[in-house]
Amino acid sequence: MPLKCLKICLWRMLLKLLKVKEMNISNLLKLAIYALKRNRMRALLTMLGIIIGVASVIAMLAIGEGSKKSIKDQISSMGTNLVSVSPTSQHRGGVELGNAAAVSLTIKDMDAIRAECPSVSDLSPEVRANGQAVFSNKNWPTSLFGSNTDYLRIKLIEVSEGRSFTEQEVKGAAKVCLIGETVLENLFGKGTNPIGLSIRYKKVPFTIIGLLKSKGTNTYGQDQDDLLLAPYTTVQKRVLASTFFNSIQSSAIDEFSTKKAAAEMEQALRKSHKLKEGSENDFRIRTQEDLVTTSSSVSNVLTILLGAIAGISLLVGGIGIMNIMYVSVTERTREIGLRMAVGGRGKDILMQFLIESILLSIIGGVIGIFVGIGASQLIGLLMKWPVVVLPASVILSFLVCTVIGVFFGWYPARKAAGLNPIDALHYE
Amino acid sequence: MSKIIIEVKDLTKEFHVGDVTVRALKGVNLSITEGEFIAIMGASGSGKSTMLNILGCLETPNSGSYILDGVDMSELNKDALAALRNQKLGFVFQSYNLLPRTSAIENVELPLFYNNKVDAKERRERAEKALVRVGLKDRMGHMPNQLSGGQQQRVAIARSLVNDPVVILADEATGNLDTRTSYEIMALFQELNSNGKTIVFVTHEMDIARFTSRNIVFRDGQILRTEDVKERFNAVEMLKNLPVADAVETSKS
Repeated sequence: MPLKCLKICLWRMLLKLLKVKEMNISNLLKLAIYALKRNRMRALLTMLGIIIGVASVIAMLAIGEGSKKSIKDQISSMGTNLVSVSPTSQHRGGVELGNAAAVSLTIKDMDAIRAECPSVSDLSPEVRANGQAVFSNKNWPTSLFGSNTDYLRIKLIEVSEGRSFTEQEVKGAAKVCLIGETVLENLFGKGTNPIGLSIRYKKVPFTIIGLLKSKGTNTYGQDQDDLLLAPYTTVQKRVLASTFFNSIQSSAIDEFSTKKAAAEMEQALRKSHKLKEGSENDFRIRTQEDLVTTSSSVSNVLTILLGAIAGISLLVGGIGIMNIMYVSVTERTREIGLRMAVGGRGKDILMQFLIESILLSIIGGVIGIFVGIGASQLIGLLMKWPVVVLPASVILSFLVCTVIGVFFGWYPARKAAGLNPIDALHYE
Repeated sequence: MSKIIIEVKDLTKEFHVGDVTVRALKGVNLSITEGEFIAIMGASGSGKSTMLNILGCLETPNSGSYILDGVDMSELNKDALAALRNQKLGFVFQSYNLLPRTSAIENVELPLFYNNKVDAKERRERAEKALVRVGLKDRMGHMPNQLSGGQQQRVAIARSLVNDPVVILADEATGNLDTRTSYEIMALFQELNSNGKTIVFVTHEMDIARFTSRNIVFRDGQILRTEDVKERFNAVEMLKNLPVADAVETSKS
């Protein structure tokens, strides 16, 4: 309904604009600027409402957008064109065992994927053990991840010192591992070169062959450096004594192929798991985009919420304009009467006040845009939050301002135009 | 015989105030020829203000006709009436009605703003000329609050002249001024009149009416009598005879 009102309003305004061509726009603009100049302080205060409204809309959207972008960046730093497969809950005799107990992914599935999925480039299993890493008299609880040699490429992990393990070491279940910064700090102290040193994990001695480059914490606050990485064969055989994988991680050949890769993998895995037509998957495939979508939904809600609150302040600013325009019309009743007496028509008066309110809101809007951009940058700088000012939000605020000027200026302007010149002239 | 500027026939006007119908004008006939200086007189409630509003095309009569410079205004709509006011009429009010915080010259330019045939340059030139004509050559940039009452009224007169109207309508134009300033304003009106301007002047002051050439007296919505002024005052002469003490202009209201 309000939208419809707005449309009618704009349409009528356009018609008036066309009809009023006899009095040119530059004259009207001059008049409006003149009237605003006469009441500089009041104009400024009225604009302040719009300025704050627009600035907060822009700043809030920038913060929302910034958080969205940072989540996206975080997720893309988790891997390249990542497609991951994890087993889902299985039930044995009517008892749901939960996702953690799910055991369905094996080396057979890996081979099936490798053979049947042309859109998958890198492929690695992931097995995970939890326990204490021990070095001399120190120990630290951490996770031991097992993978093959593709894993570092898939997960975008770099080796800052030493080397990664080789195919031979994977085949031979060699007792070697790479160590994350956090584990290094807690077992050896920061800056120590651990290469060649030996640690024990669940009583199994591992020789450290490389140091993983720090990735910091992720969006969820998890420390991405708190891990050990070893050949999956070693973890399976020597630590867990199991043949299952916690998940299979893979990279699609390019960023556009993740969906295709996921589909191919689903086919391959259903075949390899001998699932009948119509039965549910006993695994779940997630692409990076899925993660981005899920995570973004929270910040989307946040953005909408912040934007809505800021939008309300913009609305209040608009009402401020309406209020001031009403005051202005009342205050200038005699001026209106005089203008009518010397030949101003109703539409001239209407346009004069309408243009005045549009000018108020547009000038306020433009200042607000700059203040908003400045405030966003300042917030980004002081709070160390990522902020992204969207050009769309700038354009949107500007349009909203113009509409506000028309909408809230219309009624006061019409009131002015509808005055009886005689009454107006003698108004005290 | 000179041209008839204003021709009014059987004009009536009624107002409804609540349940009461006030018959402000009850059949007025009037014609004014070019170059006349008319004073419309009468007590308050006599209908003289309503008459002036209709003459000024600010109000339309209930019946009767009003032809202004060959145009029958009863056939015109609101916008056309505004255009008529813009091109054929000049107004001078008791309370000057200047735009505050707006310089004299910009006040004078105002009517031309609503005339699209006049561009900014011509507007400025004509306003300057009008101000020179009322003797405010040195006050063009002054704001109304920097001008005395008499000067403000001169600005208003310049504003009424700027569109070169066929008739100037003045509503108690000297009502807010002291005697001396009133005479000065009347001197200005007389000078404009002697240069051919038709002026209709509403007043209730007998002595002011004697500066004009013809007096029309209203009572109860009708013309009581019309009389040519026999011993017409000359404002310039009268000013010379005023005591000198009064010469100091103090009125700034």
